[in-house]
Amino acid sequence: MLAAITLLLLFQLAGEAIVLFFALPVPGPVIGMGLLFAALALRGGPSPALRGTAQNLLQHLSLLFVPAGVGVMLHAQRMADEWLPIVVALVASTFLTIAVTALVLRLLRVHEDEQT
Amino acid sequence: MNAAPHQTLGEIWVYLAASPLLGLTLTLLAYQGAVWLNRRCGGHPLANPVLLAVVVLVALLAATGTPYQTYFDGAQFVHFLLGPATVALAIPLYAQLDRLKRMAGPLLVALLAGSLTAALSAVLVGKLLGASDATLLSLAPKSVTTPIAMGIAERLGGLPSLTAVLVILTGILGAVGAQGLYALMKCRDPAVRGFALGVASHGIGTARAFQVGEQAGAFSALAMGLNGLLTAALLPWLLPPLLRWLG
Repeated sequence: MLAAITLLLLFQLAGEAIVLFFALPVPGPVIGMGLLFAALALRGGPSPALRGTAQNLLQHLSLLFVPAGVGVMLHAQRMADEWLPIVVALVASTFLTIAVTALVLRLLRVHEDEQT
Repeated sequence: MNAAPHQTLGEIWVYLAASPLLGLTLTLLAYQGAVWLNRRCGGHPLANPVLLAVVVLVALLAATGTPYQTYFDGAQFVHFLLGPATVALAIPLYAQLDRLKRMAGPLLVALLAGSLTAALSAVLVGKLLGASDATLLSLAPKSVTTPIAMGIAERLGGLPSLTAVLVILTGILGAVGAQGLYALMKCRDPAVRGFALGVASHGIGTARAFQVGEQAGAFSALAMGLNGLLTAALLPWLLPPLLRWLG
């Protein structure tokens, strides 16, 4: 458990360092995730300890969003001023995204079936 | 001391609120209460635990006149775990490696189309209806799982806490509406349904997809992970020029 947490923090630290060094516009933990993914692919999977720790951490992933979510109170005025563009953009974009992704995937898979 | 009891209570609150303990404890309490309520509602997507906990905490802070910064001094210990949790997402993503290899081509093309649609359509619609630049930058990563979306918003110069709420709302929208949309499109393949929902509505959509079935859930989880990586890689290059072009 302790070793697994240390490993996660080391990968995050490596990600943050790479982001700073190359002045990348990507969040450091995302690079850390990519590095860990690559390491897992090379190594052939996570150790049981790492899998268990990740499971524990991700099981309560929703909790981790709460402190930042409460920060919306700082933007109450913005939400009141711009609720219309925000609501329309969220609704339109969410359903358009589902439709486009599903249509492209369906087209491509049908196409492949015809080839084989 | 001849203070009235409610004044004393107020004094106790002021004293406790000054230490990180209160913000941290309140966060854990509110979240567990929200999870309990969500279970009572049969896991309905509208009774989202994050949304419920945020509403309760904002109401409490507003009622007691506690500034967000005071609350965050305690809550930051929870917030800090987002970093390692994002790194840990590599493990469920790795579990989908075989699926990814088998259908890599179609999945990646659909992912690219969906990922661009999610960000660009939100920004364009928002711009058309007169949203400010800071709002647009916070809106752009709304289909990506929260820890990554907040990181992207921060990098872009948006407002990460606004992004967090927009991400949750996007997740709820997809989870509630996807079934109706799929019925309309006559889309029955669970792999397609799961993948599209994961691209649009990240973890909340994935949780919904798992309710529908194991295969839909696995494809949704895969889509969520890939979309997080792709959006983080694309948006910081794409969005600033787009906003300049839109004026």
